[in-house]
Amino acid sequence: MKLTVNGEDHDLAADTLAELLALLDYEGDWLATAVNGEIVHRDDRASHRLIESDRVEILSPMQGG
Amino acid sequence: MPQFYGIEVSSRLLLGTARYPSPAVLAEAVRRSGTDIVTVSLRRETAGGRAGGAFFELIRELGVRVLPNTAGCHSVAEAVVTAKMAREVFAGNWIKLEVIGHHDTLQPDVFGLVEAARILVGEGFAVFPYTTDDLVVAERLLEAGCQVLMPWCAPIGSAMGPQNIPALRAMRAHFPDVPLIVDAGIGRPSHAAAVMELGYDAVLLNTAVAGAVDPASMAAAFAAAIEAGNAAHHAGMLEPRDMAVPSTPVIGKAVFS
Repeated sequence: MKLTVNGEDHDLAADTLAELLALLDYEGDWLATAVNGEIVHRDDRASHRLIESDRVEILSPMQGG
Repeated sequence: MPQFYGIEVSSRLLLGTARYPSPAVLAEAVRRSGTDIVTVSLRRETAGGRAGGAFFELIRELGVRVLPNTAGCHSVAEAVVTAKMAREVFAGNWIKLEVIGHHDTLQPDVFGLVEAARILVGEGFAVFPYTTDDLVVAERLLEAGCQVLMPWCAPIGSAMGPQNIPALRAMRAHFPDVPLIVDAGIGRPSHAAAVMELGYDAVLLNTAVAGAVDPASMAAAFAAAIEAGNAAHHAGMLEPRDMAVPSTPVIGKAVFS
């Protein structure tokens, strides 16, 4: 399935957002996720099903002003 | 000390965490500044990356309150979703709301800002809007539910210092009971002291400290200047006058010729 993750194209077999995170070796309680411009809360990642062409953003705390 | 959304702070300096030469220098600058609020952002994490976790741990160890920002967002939708993601990560409802309207000046898009502020207040956020010194925009932000205003005094990172003192003075006069924080454009401690002398409640700094040769010492210098400016405001300053006024009494002066 073709997905865009943080702006990069991927072809991955991930049914849910939680599976996608595991496949790409994302872990940590500091991550925030969104799919197609809408937040997907931590507790909803396992049940959030991905479909072709979804745009996934995985963000982390960083330096900021 | 000022209160922001019911939280009394112990320092009138809010410090950004970007552009320091190293995490250790950032930590030392935070300590020397005496701040209890730091700003942070959310950015894309690389696959398998732990950078965000390491930074998050550093911030937690500093024991300061976190004010996440929506820096770099150019649309209402981007700013709103970024704020929601920040709330989940940082488990707090404070958000420094930036909706940028111009690539070169990083001037706020004040129309989008008001719209995003209204949405986020409705979602339960405590919004700290990065705005201009425009009084009408300020009114709209307050109507939208903002309880703090953060006007720029010059473009972000420019270090130019206050470009429109009369406008900042007017803002203070129009909103005597609203906490006002000058956010963006300060380059030197004297700039910070100048806006504090106008009666501003606090100053938000980043580049002026992070870009100094010795950021930690500069953080301390800013802290002192901000306290001095605030103390001067409360002490009541003289107004300038055109003519000299002798400071030494004239009466009783000897006459020798």
